[in-house]
Amino acid sequence: MDAIAFCDVSLSLGGRAVLAGVNLAIGAREFVGVLGPNGAGKTTLMRAVLGLVPPRPGRICVLGRPARRGNPAIGYMPQTRGAAASAHLNGWDFVASAVNGHRCGLPFPGKAGRADIDRALDLVGARALARRPLAEVSGGERQRLLLAQALIGRPRLLLLDEPLLSLDPHRQREVVTLVEGLRVELGMTVLFSAHEVNPLLGVIDRVLYLGRGQAALGTVDEVITGPVLSRLYGSAIEVVRLKDRIFVMSGGYHLERDAHRHEADPADRQHRGTTEPGHAPV
Amino acid sequence: MLQYDFMRQAFAAAAIVAVVAGTVGYFLVLRGQSFAGHALAHVGFTGATGAVLVGAAPLWGLILMTLVAGIGMGLMGERLTQRDVAIGLVLAVSLGLGLLFLHFFTSSAVQATTLLFGNVLAVDIGTVWTLLALGAASLAALAVISRPLLFASLQPELAEAKGVSLRLYATLFLAIVAVATAECAQIVGVLLVFALMVGPAAAAQLVTRTVRAGLLLSVVLALAEAWLGIALAFYTDWPSSFWITALSAAAYLCAALPRPIAARLAAAPRSEPV
Repeated sequence: MDAIAFCDVSLSLGGRAVLAGVNLAIGAREFVGVLGPNGAGKTTLMRAVLGLVPPRPGRICVLGRPARRGNPAIGYMPQTRGAAASAHLNGWDFVASAVNGHRCGLPFPGKAGRADIDRALDLVGARALARRPLAEVSGGERQRLLLAQALIGRPRLLLLDEPLLSLDPHRQREVVTLVEGLRVELGMTVLFSAHEVNPLLGVIDRVLYLGRGQAALGTVDEVITGPVLSRLYGSAIEVVRLKDRIFVMSGGYHLERDAHRHEADPADRQHRGTTEPGHAPV
Repeated sequence: MLQYDFMRQAFAAAAIVAVVAGTVGYFLVLRGQSFAGHALAHVGFTGATGAVLVGAAPLWGLILMTLVAGIGMGLMGERLTQRDVAIGLVLAVSLGLGLLFLHFFTSSAVQATTLLFGNVLAVDIGTVWTLLALGAASLAALAVISRPLLFASLQPELAEAKGVSLRLYATLFLAIVAVATAECAQIVGVLLVFALMVGPAAAAQLVTRTVRAGLLLSVVLALAEAWLGIALAFYTDWPSSFWITALSAAAYLCAALPRPIAARLAAAPRSEPV
């Protein structure tokens, strides 16, 4: 059974077509890197899998069932915006808010809930870290807490939206290694979106590259090539390999690196997931 | 001072309102909607004066207007609550309308002052029971929705993905805030609702690390400020609302001050030449 299957799926956001007639299948326990320029629809694709954006037309199946909101089998780590609301709380209480969060009642988890929280924190090695207030943890530590929160409820499919954003290369590699370890240990399928393929090299099974309403799914060698990316970007793209790194260039201009710089822009931080930043890098 | 009926009633009313304000206020501050509580109170002024004009009890006019406005704000979502000009205008128009209603009623200035600044010493026993019933209802409602509300406040995108309707809980919560605001207005008046709803909760969030401790401290602070304020009013003959606002501000300052001072102390040795 496929973890995710798209049948002739078109997605639009505020009248703008994000994906048009996409077919793809992602198998169980696969680690897929989701790449593409800003506004290519990485977040929208994840929200569609979560049942928050309906395909028009088309059909999305998640773990053999049609995509629907509130599917407990999916763990989700959204892109974080400053989140001032939680700044004074410690990590434990922040993670705890996700336990049965969709059910009415008091926000104090019972014995089973507390065990689930501790289990999720142990999985990401954040048990000690969770005692500190969120305002005092670093970016990488915060990502680990968010990852723990995504693991609440023992999901079989993990959707991670830009977990490497604003982390230095060393921390990026730590997060990727951690996710890969969790995938193997818990037997999960992982969709991991990023601006750049390099931190994911050697770990991901396949790449899902989005651009101009189209999608290309395949191994790094199949997808990250001049012809495929030229089609997705709609302009001449050159792929340069230097030792074990890959650079996606357009006329001598390093595209993916530039995309990172855009994302660091404060205006983009307000991105709520419902709207993709509008600018394309070319 | 407890031998007087009006003092016992004042303490009872303040206790009920403080527990409600401390609890509801905690979520209000957490969600960054402090100003919404302030706006609702102003809108309530129109309702209260309107009720006086048609011969009804001000409290019911207050509740009716805050509820309508709260639910309206919830349904409109962030489009409205983030527009400070729109909110500011609504505030001004509400107070203006309230003034007009008072003008038609040719009421004494005392009536207006009581609505605007509160007079807890004038609360009668019937009002205490009404406050208790309303307070119990709003706390019960909050208890039911508090888990999804907290989830939606801390992690809106994830909560939405897990099936929590953000708009539904925002609207239900603002309806609860509306009732809590109307209750607070009985103690400190519509202009000073901030002191009981936001002050204790904001101070509590500065010094606590968990939801449980934050809620508890917020309620304790609100209760202490309200009771101490009334007691001080009794002995000084100054207005109780003044004392409550002063205590609320003092508590917030105490919670906020140590941080910069501690930071300066920690930074000082490093700034010296080595």
